[in-house]
Amino acid sequence: MENDNKVVEKGKSATDKEFVWPDLVFKELLASVGVVVLLVVWSLLVDAPLRPEADPAWTENPAKAPWYFLGLQEMLVYFDPWLAGVVVPGLIVAGLIFIPYLDINNPISGEYRLGKRKMATLLFLFGFIMWFVLIFVGAFLRGPSWYFYWPWESWAVVKHSNEVLWSFHWLAGVVFLGLFFIGGTFLSIVIGKGFVQRLGRTRSLIIIFLALSMFFIPVKIALRLLFNVKYVLRTPFFNI
Amino acid sequence: MSEQKDRYGLSHRFIKGITGSSIWKSVFRHGYANTDKNRALQITSNFFLHVHPIRLKKHAFRIRFTWCLGGITFFVFIVEFVTGILLMFYYRPVVEFAYMDIKSLMIDIPFGAILRNMHRWGAHLMVITVIFHMLRVFLTGSYKPPREFNWVIGVLLLINTLLLSFSGYLLPWDQLAYGGISIGTNMARAVPFLGHEGPFAVVDKYHDVRFVLLGGTEVGPVALLRFYVLHVILLPMVVLILAGVHFWRIRKDNISGPL
Ligand code: HEM
Repeated sequence: MENDNKVVEKGKSATDKEFVWPDLVFKELLASVGVVVLLVVWSLLVDAPLRPEADPAWTENPAKAPWYFLGLQEMLVYFDPWLAGVVVPGLIVAGLIFIPYLDINNPISGEYRLGKRKMATLLFLFGFIMWFVLIFVGAFLRGPSWYFYWPWESWAVVKHSNEVLWSFHWLAGVVFLGLFFIGGTFLSIVIGKGFVQRLGRTRSLIIIFLALSMFFIPVKIALRLLFNVKYVLRTPFFNI
Repeated sequence: MSEQKDRYGLSHRFIKGITGSSIWKSVFRHGYANTDKNRALQITSNFFLHVHPIRLKKHAFRIRFTWCLGGITFFVFIVEFVTGILLMFYYRPVVEFAYMDIKSLMIDIPFGAILRNMHRWGAHLMVITVIFHMLRVFLTGSYKPPREFNWVIGVLLLINTLLLSFSGYLLPWDQLAYGGISIGTNMARAVPFLGHEGPFAVVDKYHDVRFVLLGGTEVGPVALLRFYVLHVILLPMVVLILAGVHFWRIRKDNISGPL
């Protein structure tokens, strides 16, 4: 009651409001019943997996992480573990946390109006879909030793790799990464006309860096699949 | 008087007798007649319902606005809580027993299989619904001011949900669990500076983050106990606290809506 009075005091009419009881509570009840029915039926039909007891001397092949981390595991094909397992998830989390502080382009909120937020929507959906595509590949298209198997191919057929991987010369690598990240930044600023003015320099640069890092993943995947590139940049300390 | 009695009959008097009793009134403190006052009291005088506001803008009732995904995520969490407590009666987080306990749940214990199945599939469902709740919040732009920080709390909830599911993955102590957790925790070797195989490593394999996580250099008995404690106490507590803050802030800011 107190809350409602406050709203009215602020000058907004309370007439466009509806009582939560029973309408909303009833919908919540229906949703809960739906979830329980779904879970009970699912649990009656399918048993949760239970393989033979763990044996440290014997590991599964392929050993797969839980499905929600398979995207990261799939990235191990293309990146070293410190990138696939640490830097990429770190950037994803940081990027997600930053979203509200970076996307200040317009205040549209509380309704689906994607046409007014094209850039934000495109970037988010790109990452969202890529996450699930990688999970799909890892879950359904990877067999023993993480080789690619179509669903109709038998895992009993052992695969061997005869691809010979090569890496860029370190100088070429520096030039490539420099072109990608620095050139990409300038290109974005030129193409995205006034957006640096609108968002401010720091925000724009962070957005561009996060977006370019995200686009670097499919670029590296393409380099690997099409040209057998192992590393873009080799140094004695780390490889990219 | 006699007219009244005839109109309502025995059943009405019976119900009146119950709802008029002092015991009933001590539990339910207001009538149920459809008045504005009662509809408000229904929410404010009920502990479980009072997370809601009394009234909301009309658009907030539309299922196709929130798809109920946040609420469903929380409800699945409650299902996990209940089934998880029941599982704890049967499961011992020790290498000698863990696998056999799960096996006997699946084979011997009455309703053990459906209990474990619901807990397992519920964990998957919660991960799915929390991801799609995030998608809906993004697509409706509901993280815009004043809700920026509640989005941040949401991201923390997402991470904790994943960790909750991941820590539970090891507990059956079967090959799937062992392989999955080995792969997952191997990533911790590669942490820059703090992992022994990471770039610029400053620690050896007995002092890196992976050792802290597993309580050893391999997934073993200590890791099982660590994951168990994380799974049944620490992470659920964190999720509960964060969810409490999440809900409280939604109440304070109201649900987002067209300007
Ligand atoms: C355990 C996980 C979570 C639970 C139980 C939860 C629960 C809820 C509930 C019940 C609501 C009310 C509206 C609705 O149902 O959509 C809500 C709103 C909200 N959630 Fe979550 N949530 C979780 C995770 C997240 C995540 C991962 C994010 C984003 C990264 C997030 C951001 C938000 C925001 C910004 C709102 C306000 C939306 C608005 O005002 O329209 N939450 N949450």
